[in-house]
Amino acid sequence: MPPPMTADLTVAVRRVSRRFGDVHALTDLTIEVPTGAITVLLGPNGAGKTTAIRMITGALGPDDGSVEVFGVDPSGPEGLSVRSRCGVVSAKPSLYDRLDGWDNLRYAAELYGMGRGAEVDERIHDAASRFGIEAAMDQMVGGYSTGMKTRLALARSVLHGPDLLLLDEPTSGLDPESAVAVLEMIRSMTDEGRTVLMCTHLLLEAEGLADQVVVMEHGTSLVWGAPADLARQYWPTPTVRIASPDGTALAALAEADGVVEVEVAGPADATTDEGASLVDHRGAPLATATVEIDRPERVPALVARLVNAGVPVASVVPFDPTLEDLYFAVRRTRGNPADPADGTHSPPPLVATDTSPSARARRSRVAEMAR
Amino acid sequence: MLSNIDWGRVRTVARTDLKQLIQARDFWIPMSLLGGFFFVVIPLILLLSITTIGANDVVAQVSQTLEVLPASAQDQIQGDTPEGRTGYALAVFLFAPVAVVVPLTISTAVGAATIVGERERGTGEFLAHSPAGVREIYLGKLIASLLPGYVTVIIGFTAYSLIVNLTVGNEIGYWFFPTPQWWLMILWVLPPFLAICLSLVLRLSAKVSSTAAAQQASGLISLPLIMIAYSQATGVLFGAGAMPIIVGAVAWVVAGFSLSRGLRSVDRSRLLGLAAGA
Repeated sequence: MPPPMTADLTVAVRRVSRRFGDVHALTDLTIEVPTGAITVLLGPNGAGKTTAIRMITGALGPDDGSVEVFGVDPSGPEGLSVRSRCGVVSAKPSLYDRLDGWDNLRYAAELYGMGRGAEVDERIHDAASRFGIEAAMDQMVGGYSTGMKTRLALARSVLHGPDLLLLDEPTSGLDPESAVAVLEMIRSMTDEGRTVLMCTHLLLEAEGLADQVVVMEHGTSLVWGAPADLARQYWPTPTVRIASPDGTALAALAEADGVVEVEVAGPADATTDEGASLVDHRGAPLATATVEIDRPERVPALVARLVNAGVPVASVVPFDPTLEDLYFAVRRTRGNPADPADGTHSPPPLVATDTSPSARARRSRVAEMAR
Repeated sequence: MLSNIDWGRVRTVARTDLKQLIQARDFWIPMSLLGGFFFVVIPLILLLSITTIGANDVVAQVSQTLEVLPASAQDQIQGDTPEGRTGYALAVFLFAPVAVVVPLTISTAVGAATIVGERERGTGEFLAHSPAGVREIYLGKLIASLLPGYVTVIIGFTAYSLIVNLTVGNEIGYWFFPTPQWWLMILWVLPPFLAICLSLVLRLSAKVSSTAAAQQASGLISLPLIMIAYSQATGVLFGAGAMPIIVGAVAWVVAGFSLSRGLRSVDRSRLLGLAAGA
């Protein structure tokens, strides 16, 4: 029996399944979206992210399980009140090519009960300005570029001041500058107290934004929670990465005191965070050992052991797992850090929104990259 | 059935669809030509050839045809000259299909693309996530499909009336068109037939996978309806007394039933292109 929805959750999708003919689009999907936070659905194409969004607005109903948004069932008679409080940007911009920008947004304004007139036009202008599309509002949308369409779709989604933003690949087709602007806007939306649920397969943009992530695959949620908490579950012990030309010596670190596990990537596999091959100052290829230790104080002893054995050490870096590391670790173990073979393990419980310094640092990384 | 409907949203959906239709020159130019051909060109040529040019063989042929008309219809034919009587009969009795074929063709073409078109363009996703109810969307699209056909009839009917009065009316000595039966057909009999046809076409549009399939399949639906409407319209024009009113009343009842079925048949998943089992 799923637990009752708590007051600080805007969305509670509990054990939802949905089939289309023989295709299982969602299977036992559970998603909880805390109010005022950014939740990112991560997963490959076909993971069920778009179907999950359709469930949340009530555009589709579940075959099994329950969906509650703002405390009501969106596919039931009260669905209208849910949809009125949602702003949606679909994977395709869903705009009318034979209308200009103004008419597209006026149409949305009327459907969302804002009416017509000068005051609405002013709000339309504000929304368009926010996404830098105001100069093109008099043009037919059919002549817009992909990026312009995405901007207009974003402007439409915030026009009525929604409490919940549902964004399906919102930066798809945008140039890097626009993408960063959109991500900053998404962050500002939560600063205003709104809730955001975003689907993406771009791990870097999720890295900069996510207060919590939900990793999906085959229509189900593998794990969810704050990135830092999930990282602690997958890498519970301190970890360092040591680079050296001598991979054999690095593997031998497994016998050192306090070492829990050593995983060595050979010279051909060892890469920097940016994907370049690791080499020393003479250009010789390097191997990298990911060494889990029982406590951080072991690191000097490990380095001394290598140096005393005449093994050159190129670098020693504490391992701070990125969302990408986490994503692939989750998918590799199918959601269970304790028992990789058992994919049926329940996801970890929802944890509080991640406001730790490391999370904040991660969030600022996207903006830094843009600069 | 129609309770709790936000008619403001219905108007918004209809108005937006019509606005897009106006932008679609590739649609309305051929349709305007169709209306112009049936309502202006053909009647003008035929009636002028009878009344002005004096095509005796045509007059003779049509006069023979008039013999087979019901007595009630023959009694209505006015005019003192063969040309005048022939022109009157052509104008009043034999152009009924014009008033039926044109609006049904235009409205069917609009309606067939309306829901499946939203899916094909991806805009169905926007509507599915919006607060607009599916019944409001359905009714908005029904109105947006019905109006182009019916407005064409009104404009075409006005032009046709002028042509008839300027050609045959001058021959007879006074302007006689539209006759009461034509008023009844345009205002009472034609609208429910349009509604019946569109309720079926919109349901079809929600179910098929492409606009092309919708256009083809809607032809199968609208063709028999056009034939039925044609026969009923002809009967209305030939008939007298309560006949047109009865035909119209029955059509309205059928239209009401068909529309209520149509309202129930559309759901949000159809806007997304996710019909049951798809």
